[in-house]
Amino acid sequence: MISFAFKRLLLAVPTLLVMLTAIFVLVRLVPGDAASVILGDQATEASLRAMRARLGLDQPIQVQYLHFLAEVLTGNLGQSLSSGRTVVQEVLLVLPSTIQLTLAAVTIGIVLGLPLGILAALGRNSWIDYVSRLVSLLGLSFPAFVSGILLLIVFAIQLGWFPVLTSDSTDPLERLRSLALPALNLGLILMAYVVRVTRSSMLGVLGEDYIRTARAKGVTPTRLVMRHALRNGLIPVVTVVGLYFGTLIGNSVLTEIIFNRPGLGKLIFGALNARDYTLLEGLMIIFAICVIVVNTLTDITYGLIDPRVKYK
Amino acid sequence: MTSFPRPALDLRNLRTEFRIRDRWYPAVRNVSVSLMPNETLAVVGESGSGKSVTALSILRLLPHAGARIQGGEVLFEGQDLVTLSEREMSSIRGNSIAMIFQEPMTSLNPTMTVGDQIAEAILIHRGGSRMQAKAEALRLLEEVKIPSPKSRLDEYPHQFSGGMRQRVMIAMALACHPRVLLADEPTTALDVTIQAQVLSQLEELKQAYGMSMLFITHNLGVVAQIADRVAVMYAGEIVELATVDALFAKPMHPYTAALLRAMPRADRGTENLEPIPGSVPALSAVPAGCSYAPRCPFKERTCLDLHPELVSSGDPGHLVRCPVRPVGGVH
Repeated sequence: MISFAFKRLLLAVPTLLVMLTAIFVLVRLVPGDAASVILGDQATEASLRAMRARLGLDQPIQVQYLHFLAEVLTGNLGQSLSSGRTVVQEVLLVLPSTIQLTLAAVTIGIVLGLPLGILAALGRNSWIDYVSRLVSLLGLSFPAFVSGILLLIVFAIQLGWFPVLTSDSTDPLERLRSLALPALNLGLILMAYVVRVTRSSMLGVLGEDYIRTARAKGVTPTRLVMRHALRNGLIPVVTVVGLYFGTLIGNSVLTEIIFNRPGLGKLIFGALNARDYTLLEGLMIIFAICVIVVNTLTDITYGLIDPRVKYK
Repeated sequence: MTSFPRPALDLRNLRTEFRIRDRWYPAVRNVSVSLMPNETLAVVGESGSGKSVTALSILRLLPHAGARIQGGEVLFEGQDLVTLSEREMSSIRGNSIAMIFQEPMTSLNPTMTVGDQIAEAILIHRGGSRMQAKAEALRLLEEVKIPSPKSRLDEYPHQFSGGMRQRVMIAMALACHPRVLLADEPTTALDVTIQAQVLSQLEELKQAYGMSMLFITHNLGVVAQIADRVAVMYAGEIVELATVDALFAKPMHPYTAALLRAMPRADRGTENLEPIPGSVPALSAVPAGCSYAPRCPFKERTCLDLHPELVSSGDPGHLVRCPVRPVGGVH
């Protein structure tokens, strides 16, 4: 298992290099150059040249590329043009709330989605199956900004159960109350996916020969589902949850804006508005690394679930 | 014939139906047969003749939706299995009646170690600790002659070959010392040499454990090797029931005779093989009279209208469902 995990980690290295190269090229393709963006359109030719020299933009492209790689790999993502803090500092400032939101959303998605998907598969075409289909259809068809606003209207404004804006209070209960609606907003979308995938995956597994073997052995229905079917049906679910992390980043931008919640999504939105290219580039790199890490973890989870994966 | 021991398993008028487009059609039609203690009863017939459905009906392993036992009794140790609750049925499955299946490649759980899968049956029915169950699983792997069983106990099914997996299935079925073993084409998916090994092993274990065995196969060569008595099934019914010697020496039903002629034999060339023309009727299109009549070279006009009963052929213990059979058997 450990050597399998190690191999997967090694495979992530080339992926990371390709991503970094793509980001490097993408940023250089943007019309205009960083120096004129930083100094504005009133800058003199001399000051532009000085700024280019400071940023290393007068160097040949391959030198710039190696310099870029060296900086990224040593953890230097540059300095935000608008705040003056380093990108790493900016990220560390909001990272805890992003992690809280992501974990809460994923927990909601799995804790609600998995049992509902299993029950829907077991009671195929029963009322619970129809409920699950309805719930997942709703979750899939509402864009995050619409469901976010609906949640705010109902639970924050009408019922007043949760605050409208995220408070920066240090009281843990208050923070939890602030977390509830944004986490629900993201979690319900994930739940919709998890319900669908769990249902279809479990339906497939329940028709397998080894399920019949287990029944012929005298395995009782509960144990049949939990011990024999669930583990075999879990791989597609893990795939969906892993892939959802990527979507989560996009949706977290919207959710954090609607609920006025600090986080990576809000940071990237701010950077876009302020045309803070250094921050933007740094955040792209951070997001790329996050996605690669999650994908690698997903692959390693496959190996934990299904022993056959390790030998392929 | 003086003392009549109680059958280990007694099917009486078993009728199992499948639903096809909102109508129910019988896949097993009023099957009555007894499995005697220590006996091996082979059930033969082409695909679609209802052999597997009969075995699955005994343990009530048919899918809940789309299949039902519509009538009859399955008597086992004084109980009618048809009327038991699902919970009572669970305590019989794998315990006093066990079953092994055709596809060893797909019939084992890919995410559980072989040892855990065998131990599970013991833990469910016998209780005890996991350690004890694993020790018993190890003994069973030795019993079915898996090489270096100790290290293989913690391996997964994909690390085993087809023949080894079938042995694991057998070890699993034997775990609780069942009275009756239902074997649904257990050797069909295996290489011929492996087939022979598994067959002789089943025979040995049957003796050692004192089991009765219902052995389903479409291979008459296997029947000759392993069975005491044979039930020939066609379109969901038993059409002939006899001891293995009587059946091979003097088949009474035209279908049995045709099956024998279609069987490859070492002492005859393949040019003498006669395939049976036509095919088993679909569930929804079973003829009103004799089910075999459309394919039967001996059919008379009455065969198409009158459904024949399973009656004594005249020889003791030899039953046949055909009134027209030529005198002296149909060779």
